[in-house]
Amino acid sequence: MANPMKIRARADGDLVEVKVLMAHVMETGQRKNQAGELIPAWFIQRVEATYGNRTVLSAQWGPAISANPFLSFKFKGGAKGEKVRITWFDSKGETRTDEVVIG
Amino acid sequence: MKAGGALTAFAAAGWLNPAHAEAQEWNKAAFDVRSIEELVKILGGEAASPNDAIDFNAPDIAENGAVVPLAVASAVPGTESIAILIEKNPNVLAGLFSIPEGTLPEIQTRVKMAETCNVYALVRAGGKNLYAVKEIKVTLGGCGG
Amino acid sequence: MKSSSGDEIGMKHRLTAWVALGIGLMLGIGWATAADDRRALDQIQKYRDMLKDGNPADLMELKGEGLWTTPRGPKQATLEQCDLGLGPGVLEGAYAQLPRWFDDVGRVLDAESRLIHCMSTLQGLTRDEALQNWTRPGSDIEALVTFVAARSRGLPIRASQTHPREADMAAVGEALFFRRAGPLDFSCATCHSQDARRIRLQELPNFLDPASARESMIQWPAYRVSQSAVWTLERRLIDCIRQMRAPDADYGSDAIIALQVYLQRQASGGVLEAPGIKR
Repeated sequence: MANPMKIRARADGDLVEVKVLMAHVMETGQRKNQAGELIPAWFIQRVEATYGNRTVLSAQWGPAISANPFLSFKFKGGAKGEKVRITWFDSKGETRTDEVVIG
Repeated sequence: MKAGGALTAFAAAGWLNPAHAEAQEWNKAAFDVRSIEELVKILGGEAASPNDAIDFNAPDIAENGAVVPLAVASAVPGTESIAILIEKNPNVLAGLFSIPEGTLPEIQTRVKMAETCNVYALVRAGGKNLYAVKEIKVTLGGCGG
Repeated sequence: MKSSSGDEIGMKHRLTAWVALGIGLMLGIGWATAADDRRALDQIQKYRDMLKDGNPADLMELKGEGLWTTPRGPKQATLEQCDLGLGPGVLEGAYAQLPRWFDDVGRVLDAESRLIHCMSTLQGLTRDEALQNWTRPGSDIEALVTFVAARSRGLPIRASQTHPREADMAAVGEALFFRRAGPLDFSCATCHSQDARRIRLQELPNFLDPASARESMIQWPAYRVSQSAVWTLERRLIDCIRQMRAPDADYGSDAIIALQVYLQRQASGGVLEAPGIKR
């Protein structure tokens, strides 16, 4: 099972800054193991961030996003005490959703 | 629709489920491109040109190519998406970030770089493709690889 | 005579001029190199600063916290009553004073060995179970160390001085630091006892200089961008020894603990930033 994300969301007025760390190997498919065999690609392909029913960011990623990806963005119209939810989908069909209360 | 060009292109190629506009499929063709020109061909719009309204902040030298921090902030009105391209990577496109209404056109992330090369921040707005470019040197140092 | 002496003087002047030009060029080149170096180091500092906010080591800290509070092992107990030196369950500041003497086992232990002790006494895990996969970055034991270390963030490193064996271990650690060994005739001191040493672009800490020792030690455990993984100090030391081509050091061995006691004393007073980020 995928490990949890670490999400921080801080409101300054109605502007919310979100910072996310995701636990993922982001394997490129170009590296070899010690036996000289290619390690298959395995990486997050899509990320969706939502606030209530509103999508506040969506991203598509390739294998060149670093391992344990970091993402930061800002959106308007958010409020302290409400939640931001982040979901990722990876190339093996695995997915994980975490949420955090805006502080 | 705000992300007009890109979404229209996805929809035309059958990549978009119209019932869930946000649940778009991963755009394999975009991640297979070899250059910024090829990406623009896939996403649509005018030929890419440099633009000063894009602030592209990254160190000149990365201590390790496995983790290169980037910050892109666009002052281009109507910015719909920001793409990061790394000229000499096996897959040139690193990430494509769609900016919905109400989200600031600013993102920070970290990418892998195979070697020293130009990195592009491509901003798409109203059929225009604008970019900022920066050369980032990748070093190797110390023990333990 | 007059003219030849005039030539001599002229020659001397020309020589002086050439020497002056030569020195000037050397200095000039020296300055350019120093300026380039500084610019490169400034950019690397910018690189590190950009990575500090959102350190992937935070994910290991989260994992460690989960392991600390989850009942595990045959006894289905958590580690929340583990005594890391400041009393059962006291996390705040404990790592800043490790390694230290523990009466209950009659040994000086580092964070790793003490956690293994707790996993054995509280949870009923064997040493092998506690250590499983430690060679693979991201291991449970290292996640726990990361979590424990993070609970000392902002606190100064304080070498424990509660038992004479702690001073003995510091002396052993110092001796090991300077001891040349292996086919390369290398010691820790070969790389880490002078200022401004580098391997390629990587600056090396000088552990004989307290400021430099602190700067290094406050970062461990650290996310190493070259490995995409958190390394604890113990893993770093074991790998240094491997790179020196010395015989493998055992996990949790007295030698590794002694080196840590010595380094901890050299870095005393440094305010912990753990988990940090390194190349």
